Amino acid sequence: MKLHRAEEIWLIIGIGIIALSMVITGYQAFAQGMAPPSGMETIDPQKVDQTTPFDNPGIFEIGENEYEVVMILQAFSFTPNEIEVPVGSTVHFTMTSRDVVHGFQVAGTNINAMVTPGHIQKISQTFDKPGEYLVLCNEYCGVGHQMMSTTITVK
Amino acid sequence: MIATKLGISKSDSKLTMAFIYVAFISLFIGGLMGLLQTLVRSGSLSLPWGITYYQVLTVHGVILGLVLTTFFIIGFQYALMAKTVGISKKQRLYAWLSFIVMLIGTVMAAVMVLLGKASVLYTFYAPLQAHPIFYFGLALVIIGSWIACFVNFRQLYVWKKTHKDEKSPLLAFMVVINMVLWFIATLGVAAAVIVQFIPWSLGYAETINVLVSRTLFWYFGHPLVYFWLLPAYMAWYAIIPKIIGGKIFSDSLARLSFVLFLLFSIPVGFHHQLTEPGIDPTWKFIQVVLTFMVIIPSLMTAFSMFAMFEITGRRKGFRGLFGWFKHLPWKDVRFFAPMVGMLAFIPAGTGGIINASHQLNNVIHNTMWVTGHFHLTVATTVLLTFFGISYWLIPHLTGRKLTKKINNLGLIQTVIWAVGMTIMSGSMHISGLLGAPRRSAFSEYGGTAQASDWIGYQIAQAVGGTILFIGILLMVYIFLQLTFFAPKGQEEFPIAEEEVNAQPTPLFLENWKLWIGITIGLILFAYTIPFIDIILHAPTGSEPFAWPIGNS
Ligand SMILES: [Cu+2]
Ligand SMILES: [Cu+2]
Repeated sequence: MKLHRAEEIWLIIGIGIIALSMVITGYQAFAQGMAPPSGMETIDPQKVDQTTPFDNPGIFEIGENEYEVVMILQAFSFTPNEIEVPVGSTVHFTMTSRDVVHGFQVAGTNINAMVTPGHIQKISQTFDKPGEYLVLCNEYCGVGHQMMSTTITVK
Repeated sequence: MIATKLGISKSDSKLTMAFIYVAFISLFIGGLMGLLQTLVRSGSLSLPWGITYYQVLTVHGVILGLVLTTFFIIGFQYALMAKTVGISKKQRLYAWLSFIVMLIGTVMAAVMVLLGKASVLYTFYAPLQAHPIFYFGLALVIIGSWIACFVNFRQLYVWKKTHKDEKSPLLAFMVVINMVLWFIATLGVAAAVIVQFIPWSLGYAETINVLVSRTLFWYFGHPLVYFWLLPAYMAWYAIIPKIIGGKIFSDSLARLSFVLFLLFSIPVGFHHQLTEPGIDPTWKFIQVVLTFMVIIPSLMTAFSMFAMFEITGRRKGFRGLFGWFKHLPWKDVRFFAPMVGMLAFIPAGTGGIINASHQLNNVIHNTMWVTGHFHLTVATTVLLTFFGISYWLIPHLTGRKLTKKINNLGLIQTVIWAVGMTIMSGSMHISGLLGAPRRSAFSEYGGTAQASDWIGYQIAQAVGGTILFIGILLMVYIFLQLTFFAPKGQEEFPIAEEEVNAQPTPLFLENWKLWIGITIGLILFAYTIPFIDIILHAPTGSEPFAWPIGNS
């Protein structure tokens, strides 16, 4: 089976670009810590309210300009909601679902994570720009899905 | 054994037309639902009679994504097989059985959705729980399609026995690749439906393992898109050359690209679960790399297509750098519709590469961008090619002619589609980049400034959606014309031939054991360790939730 010369060049360039972009993607993901959120801890989805840290959801200052938000997602709300943090703070979100699958997205940032019952999902973000950020559920979770939203205010 | 005659008999026509009827009825219903969605989301319409947005969305996704595509593809493939390798009486009987089983399954699922008992969207993610009959319906659709797989396998096998030293006809080879792909892929979703969802929805199992069900779904969900795409590629590789008066560019290359699709479209489902907890990040990345391998056969296809266009044009004497391009038969809808689909695949494929690019997925995951993406791939590239096939296949089957007038209506239909889709899909892509979520009813999200930026694009989507619905009405009209009213006559079943001096196709390309073996090997490589991991570290399962979808 012989390929046309022009086709060989076309494929070599194409495959070269693919290989290069895989190397860059892999480097960013693993060496620079940009891999997509993949929380590996589990939790009994029927006992979320009795399991630490979700027995006490809320915003906790854990260091200088560093916060942890322990959050429960349920149809159709976030607990806690209406979060406020100072400009420049790094926020670590620790989340789980009390019922069905939800999505946690903060518009205008790269925060985008699935939150599934049975697993604890984690994602972090530094908020450098002040403003009101819309937080919304981006996975269909039932009739009130479009109402599932809150805000993060960065001051 | 009764010797099988090649070509399309009356009974073959009936068989394929049965599938095509279902496909076009689905097109109409599903299209209407799509129109309603865009209107609701623009904020200008609220649905009457207690119908919910999500019910309409479920109908739209199931009927267009699963019913229209599967019925059209299987019907088209039966026609290709009858034409190239023949079908026996007994095989035809089983083919009808596949149709009936699929139809019963479709009706069962549809009734549950219409009753509001299954507003779970076409992905039916656990632990949202639909009525058991919905899951039984899905199972029957899959089982029916398996019957079609085995009929097609048998057809090629029987042909091979009487044509020992010949290579199989290209189209028959492609059909069998697509059905092997489909069979291996649907094993995953069938396992989820039969082993997990049905017992759980009946109350025999108290809980369900959510991550396992999602992983099994996406093991199927990505090859599903290639099951849609490959029949379009069949038309591009082996039918369009004939329509434009050319020859197949390279039989071996076409077969090789289909083999690569079989190998690399299954072990890649994690690229739909990149932002999901519970899956090892290393394995996510490995599957991303495998996903990128599947770009290669698409690059090969793109090259073959344009090489074939150029060779054909130059042979006809059109000179200059782009003379061959200008003189393609743009006024023949059998070429024009699939060609527009092909051109749409350039942005569509690029978007797909972005979606699968690991961390880049965070930017667009579950936003309207994704919706915009697959309206370019399946609802433009694939669908316009299916329309392109319909313009000759339906009159061929019904013994009518594609008249000049219908041909011109088809040209208009294609332009309407391109315009409507550019507006709708374009604004979907942009609003997705701005953060607008997919699969959500109209919402002002508490009146925040960010969400108010999306509304203008949602209105644009309704404008595009309305134009597309006009396109659907026109296409249904064309379908009715070609089926019942066009003048009697004979329409060609175009199948392209190889060049007289074409290089022989190497035999290893038809080594089924080899390709299926490598396919299974790759699947085992990509899934064994992470899947065992998912099972070993499984959390307590989830109880059913029926109330969030209004099913209680
Ligand atoms: Cu939701
Ligand atoms: Cu995919």
